[in-house]
Amino acid sequence: MALLKIAKLTKEFGGLKAVSNFNMEINRGELIGLIGPNGAGKTTAFNLITGVYEPTSGQMDFDGKSLIGLKPYQVTQRGIARTFQNIRLFADLSVLDNVKIAYHFHVKYGVAESVLRMGRYYPEEDEIEAKALECLKMFKLDDRRDEIARNLPYGEQRRLEIARALAAQPQLLLLDEPAAGMNPQETHELMEMIRWIRDELKLTILLIEHDMSLVMGVCERIYVLDYGSIIAEGTPAEIRSNPQVIEAYLGEEVN
Amino acid sequence: MRAKMKRDLTGLAGAVALYAVAFGLMEIDLIGAFWQLNIVLICINIILAVSLNLITGFTGQFSIGHAGFMAVGAYLSAVMTVKLGLPFAVAILAGAIGAAILGFAIGLPTLRLQGDYLAIATLGLGEIIRITILNIPYVGGASGLMGIPRYTTFTWAFFAMVLTVFFIKNFINSSHGRACISIRENEIAAEAMGVDTTKYKVLAFTIGAAFAGVAGGLFSHYFYIAHPASFTFMKSFDILTMVVLGGMGSITGSITSAILLTFISAALSSYPEWRMVIYSLLLIVLMIYRPQGLFGNKELSLKAFGRLGGGGQRGTAQNR
Repeated sequence: MALLKIAKLTKEFGGLKAVSNFNMEINRGELIGLIGPNGAGKTTAFNLITGVYEPTSGQMDFDGKSLIGLKPYQVTQRGIARTFQNIRLFADLSVLDNVKIAYHFHVKYGVAESVLRMGRYYPEEDEIEAKALECLKMFKLDDRRDEIARNLPYGEQRRLEIARALAAQPQLLLLDEPAAGMNPQETHELMEMIRWIRDELKLTILLIEHDMSLVMGVCERIYVLDYGSIIAEGTPAEIRSNPQVIEAYLGEEVN
Repeated sequence: MRAKMKRDLTGLAGAVALYAVAFGLMEIDLIGAFWQLNIVLICINIILAVSLNLITGFTGQFSIGHAGFMAVGAYLSAVMTVKLGLPFAVAILAGAIGAAILGFAIGLPTLRLQGDYLAIATLGLGEIIRITILNIPYVGGASGLMGIPRYTTFTWAFFAMVLTVFFIKNFINSSHGRACISIRENEIAAEAMGVDTTKYKVLAFTIGAAFAGVAGGLFSHYFYIAHPASFTFMKSFDILTMVVLGGMGSITGSITSAILLTFISAALSSYPEWRMVIYSLLLIVLMIYRPQGLFGNKELSLKAFGRLGGGGQRGTAQNR
C-alpha cells in the first residue's frame, strides 16, 4: 500500500490555481523527486501536504489516514517532517537545543513534573539529550553542539535542518531544495547523505530540487510539475527524454 | 548527584542565606521601614518581571496587559480575606487561579495576533480589566477596596519570589519550555517540528498571568488597599521596562533590573516627576548601546563570572 497517496489535490488563491489536479503516490522506502520550473507550485504542494495551507479540494492519505484539515504540528506528529527552502532554524539557540526541540512531541512528562523536576523529568531529559547527540553525531555536527545555530556556515545550517527534521522521527521526509546555494562538492556530499539516510533509517523521502544532477542522480522516480499540474512521471531516464518536460523547461521548438 | 539538582540546591541554599541575612538586618533595625517596604516591593516586582518574561521574553508574545492580571489577583485575594475572612494563603492561591483563568480566557482568542497587534490587544484588555473593576461597587469602585489587613510580610514576599523564579526557571529548562522558546525563535519551524504553538502560547500566558495574580495579592495585602489607579497601563509599562532592561529571555536579567529599577524609584521618591524622565532616558540609552538588554538572553551565573576574564562565551546557558 502506498505510504502517501494524493489524488486530485487543488489549491486556489482567489482566481489563481496554484496547484490543480495534483496526483502522487509514494510507496514506503522510495526516494522521489519533485521538479518543475520556477513558480510551478512545488513549494505550494509541500505546504499542502504539511498542513500550512488547506487544500481547496482533493484527497491526501498518509499511512491509510487522511491528512486533510490537520494543522502542521499534527502532520508532523503523524510522521511527516520537512525542511524549508529558506532555512528556518531556531537561530539563537544552540545546535543541540535545535535538535532537542524536535523530540518535544515524544515527551511524556507533564508541566508539573518539569517544574518539580520529579518523576519522568530526569530520565526523559537524559534520553532526549542522548538521542539528540546521537543524531548530531550522525550528521557530524556533534563537535558543534554548543554553537549558536546562526553562527554555523551555510552548509552546516542545511545539514542541521535535516538533522532536526530527522530527530522528529518521521516516516516520510520532505526536503525543499536541500542543495540550494551549495557548491558542486557540497551537493555531491548531500547526495551521498540523502541516499545514506534513506538506506540507514529506512525512510521515505520526497525532495524538491532544481539541481538536476542531484535529482537525476539520487531519485528513483520523478514527478514533474508545471503550472500546478503534474505533466510527467517516471524514472530519471524517462523524464530526461520526455518531450513535454523538455518543453516545460526549454520552451517549444520553433518551426 | 545530578548537576542540575546540585545547582538547584545551591541556589535554594543561597536564597535561604540571603533571606536570613536580610531578615536579621531588619530585626536589628539596620534596614529601616522605608527600605523594608522597598525590599518587599523588589520581591513583588521580581515576580512580575519574571512572569512577564516568560510571556514576552521566552515565548516571544508581546504583552502589555500584565497590570490587569495583577489587579485581578489583588482584588480577588482582598475579597477573600476582607469579605470572606479566608486565610491569606488561600486568598493568594485564589488570586493566582483567578488571574490564570482570565489569562487563559483572554489568551485563547488574542494569541492568534502577532507582534504589534497583540501588544495593542493586551494593552486594551489590561484597561478593560481595570475599568471593569472600577465599576464594581462590591469592591469599592473608584475609591478602591480599603481595610485590607497587612498579611504580606518580608517572609511571604521573599518566598513567593523564590517559588516564582524556580517555577519559571524549571519550566523553561524542560521540553515544554523549549517548545515555548522555539515559538519565539521561529513559529513556522516550531509548528513544523510538531509543537502545538497555540497550546504553548496560551500555557505561557496562563502561567504568567497566575504569577502576576500572586504579585497582586501580595501587593494589596501590603499596602492595605487595592486601588484601580495602581494597575493602569503605566504599571504594565513599568514591568515591561524591567523585562526589556534586563534582557528578554533572561531570568537573572529580570531579577537584576527589577532590583535596579525599584531602587532607582525609591531613591527618586522625593522627586517623583523625575522618575519617568530617568526611566525613559535609561531606556533610550539602553536601546542605543545594548538593544538586547543588560544580559541579552544569557543567564548570570557564578560560572559566567569566572569566564568574564576570558572574553565571555556565547551560549544560551539555560542550565541554571
